[in-house]
Amino acid sequence: MNVESLNTSPSEIEGVSRFTIVVNITESQMKKVIGQIEKQVEVIKAYYHTEEEIIYQESCLFKIKSELLFEERQIQNIIRESNANIVTVNKKFFVLEKSGRKEEIDLLYRELNAFGIMQFTRSGRVAVTKDEMKISTLLKAFQE
Amino acid sequence: MTSTATLHNPLNPMEIKTEENKLKQSSTTERISGSEAIIKCLLAEGVDILYGYPGGAIMPVYDELYKYQDKIHHVLTRHEQGATHSAQGYARISGKVGVCMATSGPGATNLITGIADAQIDSTPMVCITGQVGSHLLGSDAFQETDIVGISTPVTKWNCQITKASQIPEMLAKAFYIAKSGRPGPVLIDITKDAQFEEFDFKYEKCKGVRSYKPVPETDTTSLQAAADLINSAKKPLIVWGQGVILSKAEEEFKAVIEKAGIPSAWTILGASAIPTDHTLNVGMVGMHGNYAPNVLTNECDVLIAIGMRFDDRVTGNLASYAKQAKVIHFEIDPAEIDKNVKTDIAVLGDAKASLKSLLPLLEPNSHNDWHQKFKDLYAIEYDKVIKHDLHPTKEGLTMGEVLKEINIQTKGEAAIVSDVGQHQMIACRYADFKVSKSNITSGGLGTMGFALPAAIGAKMAAPEREVVMIAGDGGYQMTIQELGTIFQQRVPVKIVVLNNEFLGMVRQWQQLFFDKRYASTEMTNPDFITIAKGYHIEAQKVTERKNLKAAIKDMIDCEGPYFLEVRVEKEDNVFPMIPTGASVSDIRLE
Ligand SMILES: Cc1ncc(C[n+]2csc(CCOP(=O)(O)OP(=O)(O)O)c2C)c(N)n1
Ligand SMILES: [Mg+2]
Repeated sequence: MNVESLNTSPSEIEGVSRFTIVVNITESQMKKVIGQIEKQVEVIKAYYHTEEEIIYQESCLFKIKSELLFEERQIQNIIRESNANIVTVNKKFFVLEKSGRKEEIDLLYRELNAFGIMQFTRSGRVAVTKDEMKISTLLKAFQE
Repeated sequence: MTSTATLHNPLNPMEIKTEENKLKQSSTTERISGSEAIIKCLLAEGVDILYGYPGGAIMPVYDELYKYQDKIHHVLTRHEQGATHSAQGYARISGKVGVCMATSGPGATNLITGIADAQIDSTPMVCITGQVGSHLLGSDAFQETDIVGISTPVTKWNCQITKASQIPEMLAKAFYIAKSGRPGPVLIDITKDAQFEEFDFKYEKCKGVRSYKPVPETDTTSLQAAADLINSAKKPLIVWGQGVILSKAEEEFKAVIEKAGIPSAWTILGASAIPTDHTLNVGMVGMHGNYAPNVLTNECDVLIAIGMRFDDRVTGNLASYAKQAKVIHFEIDPAEIDKNVKTDIAVLGDAKASLKSLLPLLEPNSHNDWHQKFKDLYAIEYDKVIKHDLHPTKEGLTMGEVLKEINIQTKGEAAIVSDVGQHQMIACRYADFKVSKSNITSGGLGTMGFALPAAIGAKMAAPEREVVMIAGDGGYQMTIQELGTIFQQRVPVKIVVLNNEFLGMVRQWQQLFFDKRYASTEMTNPDFITIAKGYHIEAQKVTERKNLKAAIKDMIDCEGPYFLEVRVEKEDNVFPMIPTGASVSDIRLE
């Protein structure tokens, strides 16, 4: 089993963290993994969801030479079409931010890479479920 | 003697009780050091004995142990691994939490084998390690090791304490987690400055951890479904494990199998939950288990697993394991459900409670024809294997006949603490158990060197019981230094070494699967008798059958510790055997 991405952040409840782990395995393997994770004393609850059951986003940052923005007209089109945002621009470089599905980020990377990227970094996945998640009520009980 | 110190008996349970009650009720605080607080926490948890080894980073705690020596008995083992196995032996025979202690760095890493053993065999244990001062953490200080990191995969829970004020809560949590639900080892790492620091001490036992549910709720529909399936079964087979012993469900278990008349087989750690000679006890399953329960696993129509985890040594090849049967799994740990064998009905919960609720739902039955099959296959196993093990006609001594004689002379009342190898399989196959918690062995990890220190812990926890340790010449030498502990503490354990001058179990595999290429399995052994005598332990060696009985009598009659070496046949094999990768029903008799 290989972890594709891992995101850890504070949840809406103080003192409780949420881990979002992306793996590519069969459901029966997944059930065993969930069992082992949930068995950890400090873990409150572990759930798994298939891609169809969630809405998710990943986020990434590109650092690109500023001169390209003016020399390569195509870059401006790419930025506009991809719904990426320019975070900052200075004389040397500009920073582009894009949130989206994995494939959208992969595509943008390929397109921009043709012109040269100074730095690239991407986040793990964050997701919400389409159906209600029981953890929300469970966590509320913790607050009381 | 004029000393007044003798007034206190360190092992007097009454004294410990009052101390325990005093501490339990203490709602007021007192200002003490972290290290004294550790002792007070142990006392509040009812700890009377702990095993360990001192060193720089744990010295403040040892200083307190010195002051409290009339209330808590610290046993100095000869190696920290010995301390863990002693704590395990203590826990396994008593059902209480075993406690051990070590210093940082090498002391802590020496605990790892025992911790891993306790984890895989679900043994409740609390390990306390000293750690370098918190200002030195992460600096590669002298004897600094990240023991929390190292022990994470082999503990049920662990934590590091850097402030004295955390000690009461964390230790309370440690004991609670170690013994509740499916038990396991917990490690608490305490920095030296936290041991020195003074704070306002107050102890409260842990009543729960928000993210941890020790026992899942039993759902009544699955229980009813299980009962219906059992009632409709024509050829039911029960395989029980240590869960029955850990949940103290022996009586409930016996009532269930007797009412439903179900043949019942055990995993190695389930042994002794019901007496060996119980008519429904059909023997051990697994690699060197009995013929009938292994073969008939692949013939039963309903397989009922109780407090066991379908280890690969039990199931053989999973693809051909009990495929014809419907499987019911009674289990406390949800992660075990469907882990190895897909179940039809899972009954989550504590075995004692589940079996109690199951009993009234069962219909009385006897399954006579089905039982006959077990008897028929037993007769085959007797003829091909057991007869030769227990009543040999050849010249060399067998391990089996030693066990038989020990059974006779201890009336089956001894606790058998076995090491790992051929002698272990023979001990578990042939020991005659009458009382629960009598089979103390390293099952899941198969840790050579387990037996001698584990026997020390078992005997100290249950001084009224006869404790007989059985080891091979190989494993015995892995923790042989614990003879020093036996000598210093005068622990009257009976030490039996079945000496075949080989790492016998490995040699057996080399014979069967590697064309007898005996690579590094032959042992040139020392004079074991002289070694035992060096520790002032009475000792005897048996090389001929005619002397066996008397030698075992000498051993049993001896009031102190006793060492008995029996020279057995060098190249005997343990059968039956399920070769790795084979199906349980392809078990070999020769
Ligand atoms: C610590 C450890 N190292 C290696 C092994 C592998 N192993 C399993 S059984 C065995 C041989 C044991 O020999 P001995 O103690 O003489 O017992 P016998 O099989 O001869 O009865 C070995 C080396 C093990 N189980 N544990
Ligand atoms: Mg040997």
